[in-house]
Amino acid sequence: MALSADSMRCGEFRTSYRADTTIFPTPMSRNFAIAGVLVLVLAPLFLNAYYLNLLIQIGYYGIAALGLNILVGFSGQISLGHAAFFGFGAFASAWLNNTTGLPVILCIPLAGVMTTAVGMIVGVPAARIKGLYLAIATLAAQFILEDFFNRAAWFTGGSSGALADPMSLFGYTFSTDQSYFYLVLAFVVVMYLLGANLLRSRDGRAFVAVRDHYLSAEIMGINLTKYRILAFGVSSFYAGIGGALFAHYLGFVSAEGFTILLSIQFLGMIIIGGLGSVMGTLMGTAFMVLLPEVMDGTAGVVSQFFPGFSQGLAYLKEMAVGLAIVLFLIFEPDGLAHRWKLIKAYWKLYPFSY
Amino acid sequence: MNWELLGQLLVNGVIVGTLYGVVAMCFVLIYKSTQVVNFAQGEFLLIGAWVCWALLVKFGLPFWLGFLVTLAFMFAFGVLLQVVVLRPMIGEPIISVIMLTIGLSIFFQALLSWIFGEFVKPFPEVFSVDSVTILGLNVQPAYIMSLVISLAIMVGFFWFFKYSRMGLAMRATAFDQQVAQSLGISVKHVFALSWAISAMVSSLAGVVIGMVNGVSSALSFYGIKVFPAAIVGGLDSIVGGIAGGLIIGILENVAQFVDSQWLEWGNLYEIVPFYVLVAILMIKPYGLFGTRDIERV
Repeated sequence: MALSADSMRCGEFRTSYRADTTIFPTPMSRNFAIAGVLVLVLAPLFLNAYYLNLLIQIGYYGIAALGLNILVGFSGQISLGHAAFFGFGAFASAWLNNTTGLPVILCIPLAGVMTTAVGMIVGVPAARIKGLYLAIATLAAQFILEDFFNRAAWFTGGSSGALADPMSLFGYTFSTDQSYFYLVLAFVVVMYLLGANLLRSRDGRAFVAVRDHYLSAEIMGINLTKYRILAFGVSSFYAGIGGALFAHYLGFVSAEGFTILLSIQFLGMIIIGGLGSVMGTLMGTAFMVLLPEVMDGTAGVVSQFFPGFSQGLAYLKEMAVGLAIVLFLIFEPDGLAHRWKLIKAYWKLYPFSY
Repeated sequence: MNWELLGQLLVNGVIVGTLYGVVAMCFVLIYKSTQVVNFAQGEFLLIGAWVCWALLVKFGLPFWLGFLVTLAFMFAFGVLLQVVVLRPMIGEPIISVIMLTIGLSIFFQALLSWIFGEFVKPFPEVFSVDSVTILGLNVQPAYIMSLVISLAIMVGFFWFFKYSRMGLAMRATAFDQQVAQSLGISVKHVFALSWAISAMVSSLAGVVIGMVNGVSSALSFYGIKVFPAAIVGGLDSIVGGIAGGLIIGILENVAQFVDSQWLEWGNLYEIVPFYVLVAILMIKPYGLFGTRDIERV
């Protein structure tokens, strides 16, 4: 096994549990992460609004997808209703801002807290059922919440939707793509660090124990009901924050966007990225956001060879999403994160890859 | 109280319910024999209906021939799907299998909308009369046909699983794969066959619904309605699937009646099955006829 993804670098050894559970395994990976953030900080200087828009999308979807990965990849449950939580966060933030007049910077975390409450209510049946039954129960939650969005005009504005003011702080309004990019970047960094930290904590280890073998976990004194509901709570908190960022970016929320298709896309993101991998979540989100855009970009070239490509583009994009999920499940079930590890392992040992 | 409307809706409920029952039965068949939850069941209906529509309208085949060709096509399609896509997934965790069928469902839905368009296309006339009056209630002949076909399918299933050699092999596999294998049953064949039968029978339901309402991608919503039906009846019981389908069908129409008479909320009947689903999962997750060995946590 020359290319084992977990093979350690020469001279790298750990002598304490503390060293074994740091967020970044090596100084190198830490420096790379910091450099990555710095590059992103400079990005608005060079990129136009189109690319910034894509990065912002990756940001807010990535936050919500991380929540789903904590639920699915780390605590071993499944949710087909993540888009409904995402939508609830969006509506909650807009509603708080419109009715109470609280500043948006407070509304976003508060929307996260409200979504957490809803998620925990949905999580109550989850404490008793698992696997397939849970998938179906969350599917029901998706439809029930969607119905609620259409019905509760006081909360969502009904069929006409709700307006969400852009965020402002100390008299500065985050209304352009450039400024909003920094806001989303800040949220992504904070939420991802929180996520990575959660998984090193006692609670995070409890999630993994519940996933790996719930009976053993229970015997070791882990309260299953508590952790199952908690996982739903954490996951909906992330979804709520992501949704709130989405709302204040677009400035307008309507119930149509939060369908089962978006839920499936969220699941697609974490499967393509890699279940149980924090950075993989971001890779998967980027893949899912960029896939349709790349298809858009290449449509002109491809349609010279396949006439009809441009006309069917909307359908082809959806087909590509479905196909990507199927192909990844069959050929790379551990996702992009695993592929990335293999690439790193290859270069670690280069040129003596045996 | 509007008794006539209630009667009409109840008759609709029974007819739609038997169709739900047939689809739920197909869903349960796959789950029971291969332990796969098929989120693409609705797309089987859709594919069957579109193929039959294309054969009838584009190729001008007579109805009975087009219908038989559709069934043969769906049988082959089911086998192919199982062999190519689902066989590599044997032994994978349940979430992967669920996601795989969801991915397939998105793929086929987009593909069919691309080929056939978004709009409802009516089926050519098969019956010469518009509606038949039974006991003072108007019923469309296609619905009567659907009722007859559904009952025939149910009897056929009963015979198949009770007396035929392959049916017994399938039941044995559902009961214990390893033991079945050691007795010389080809589990591979059983898996492929159960997908084939499920696809074929679902397409039958798809054609019947298409004849009444026209064919459109809305058909695949039946695949989602299957979940309440299958859960109410018990996921691993074929009889339960039928009973659950009937219950959900009648419930929907009663909800529509209550809605139109008193509440006037609009789309109550679409959402009621899901509330029932959640309630059943909380109280009695194994459903009415399911096996009680669900791990309680």
